[in-house]
Amino acid sequence: MTLLAEHPLEQAKADLERLLSLRSRMGELERTRVDDAVLHTDQTLADLLPGGGLQPGGVYSVQESTSLVMALLAGPSSAGAWCAVVGMPGFGIEAASRLGIDLGRLVLVPSPGDRWFSVTAALTDAVGVVVTAPRSRVGDAEAARLAARLRQRGTVLVVCGEWPRVDARVRLASSGWAGVGAGHGYLGTREVTVAVESRSWGRERRADLVLPSAGGLQPGPRPVLRAVG
Amino acid sequence: MSGGTETGVNAARSIVLWCPDWPVRTAVAAGLAEDGHPIALIDKGMVFASSAAARHEGVRRGLRVREAQARCAELTVLPYDATADQRHFDPLMTAIEQAVPGVQPVRPGLCALRARGPARFYGGEDAAAAELLRVAAEHGSPDACIGIADGPFAAEQAARAASRTGRVLIVEPGRSAEFLAPLPVDVLGDPAFATLLHRLSLDTLGAVAKLTTLELGDRFGELGVRTHVLANGSDRTTVVPREPQALLERSAEFEPGLDRVDELTFAFRRTADDFVAGLTAVKLVATAVRVSVEAESGAQSERTWLHPRWFTAVDVVDRVRWQLQGSGIDSGLDSPVVRVTVAPETVDAASHHEDGLFGGGPDERVHHALSRVQSMLGHDAVGTPAVSGGRLLADRAVLVPWGDRVPDAVTSDAAKPWPGALPPPLPATVYSPTVSCSVVSATGDQVDVDEAGMLTADPTGFSVRGRPTVRVTAWAGPWPVEERWWDEDAARSLSRLQLVDETGGAWLVLLERGAWALEARYD
Repeated sequence: MTLLAEHPLEQAKADLERLLSLRSRMGELERTRVDDAVLHTDQTLADLLPGGGLQPGGVYSVQESTSLVMALLAGPSSAGAWCAVVGMPGFGIEAASRLGIDLGRLVLVPSPGDRWFSVTAALTDAVGVVVTAPRSRVGDAEAARLAARLRQRGTVLVVCGEWPRVDARVRLASSGWAGVGAGHGYLGTREVTVAVESRSWGRERRADLVLPSAGGLQPGPRPVLRAVG
Repeated sequence: MSGGTETGVNAARSIVLWCPDWPVRTAVAAGLAEDGHPIALIDKGMVFASSAAARHEGVRRGLRVREAQARCAELTVLPYDATADQRHFDPLMTAIEQAVPGVQPVRPGLCALRARGPARFYGGEDAAAAELLRVAAEHGSPDACIGIADGPFAAEQAARAASRTGRVLIVEPGRSAEFLAPLPVDVLGDPAFATLLHRLSLDTLGAVAKLTTLELGDRFGELGVRTHVLANGSDRTTVVPREPQALLERSAEFEPGLDRVDELTFAFRRTADDFVAGLTAVKLVATAVRVSVEAESGAQSERTWLHPRWFTAVDVVDRVRWQLQGSGIDSGLDSPVVRVTVAPETVDAASHHEDGLFGGGPDERVHHALSRVQSMLGHDAVGTPAVSGGRLLADRAVLVPWGDRVPDAVTSDAAKPWPGALPPPLPATVYSPTVSCSVVSATGDQVDVDEAGMLTADPTGFSVRGRPTVRVTAWAGPWPVEERWWDEDAARSLSRLQLVDETGGAWLVLLERGAWALEARYD
């Protein structure tokens, strides 16, 4: 007791760890369906996401990166799920197709206007993954109703922007380009660091990813440990 | 002659009604060309049909387009539309069917009938011919010709001969061989075989008829035997009349005319129900319908709508509403609508579209949801994307409205090489239209591209429409894009540049007519 009192910081850390592990166990118990298998997701991203992939009924928010949205969609789409993108007129379909999204099962609603929320809700009933870009603030009650609908249908919602309660927030922590210099070459491969923040754990998880020129994603080079001293 | 042969001749005795230049007449009726002008309809790069004025200048069927245009400079060249042709001929067929039952459509502009019945009913073959000509004239074909002979082939040749002599040519029973004898073998309609016969010095049908069936059969097999039968006028093919079509199209007339879309769609509901019920009664479903709207001012709008599955009454009403709204009229119409007609364009057996015992698959759910969104936002608002051809990214993306087919041009364009198109990786966000931006050098001046296609200074700063300038750490380009330089109005000449900013974001900007614009973002 005295030992612990001497180290209040250690004590707080231990408490936090216990709290988080309890919370994640609660999360497991709260799951309402037994057949909740995660959707097929790209391996590097799957390791970062809570539950080991995109969970049916989950809500994920992606900050300011359409490429990341495409990377999330690529897994389910190549596994045969229908995807819908609402309110993103600039969604680059050629880039999407090169990342492995099947254009035949991709539905676009580029300009839903003020009805973006009803359109998103209507699509959650039918397609596997819905991407939406909110045009206005969403209230907690509305978000809760939609979340119930998502869980019932097993649909994944990816939000490009702010949302009241999300399972994970995905963002690009850093991005670097190879192949381009001061007036020579052209944009080649892109190495990015993806950061995921979730209610299930305290600090962000990060991973390196290479967004290649064609076909699929590749994990970044793993740091090699070497003995020193 | 024995009694048996007599009956045979009687059974094969045929009337053929021929409307000269029918495809041209269809094109004129559709408002694509003016009557009396030289017109040529093109199918697969060859002249398929031409008007009398064009023939006068030397345009013939089977000429290449370029040669036809060389022979007649003011020739109007149009693509041949077989469906429109057939559709235009259908009302005439129906009218003839009402005067004389049992009509066999041969091709648009040409139909065959059995002669015996009409001849007995109207009191003679010439009286029957006169009646048919009257019907044809009433339905917009005043120059139709009629040939009556033993067998449809001889009757068709008689009808063609009639266009040069009178309007009607009746070949007496048993004299068809005599009539056919002087005709060239080209009328058989098989150019390759006709050439061969010419080389064998068999120039007329008479010369062919003089040979025996055995000789022709030995040399040419079945084709030879058939030719011999046609040439000696003993063709016993009987006319096979078409089954009269159940009337599936429905129309609603409004008196007085309605000028509000919601009123009109509400009033049309019953007609739509009736239309679908009519199809169901004959165990059919429509997968494409044609909706035509007629306004009081006489204006007409017609469009074919496809359906990914099949039309229910609600879908039909939706299509009517979209068609009216599509003409740019949301609340009030320019002119009150007096009549709306809906006709099935493609039908399929209902049994092919039954739901399974446990309902449809997931794709069906997708279809229902998308149709619901379409009825909220409009037909064009929801679609699946397709990659087309082009150099600029915005040109390469096409949204195909849900339910429509991908246009052929899109697939064929995508397959072509596009020198100057962007190499991968491709940007994830494409701005259409482009957003204005500025690219500046270290001195703060705007960077430009000189006549040699080089940058006037190294770009160091970049800002999008009023936002603070970010530092450029790397760039590549400029790459010139020259499009349609031969066409002054559509010509585009621009330079592209890839920029990487200090945060690691990359941008694709283009310089056109001295102004920078943001084409896409690698975000």
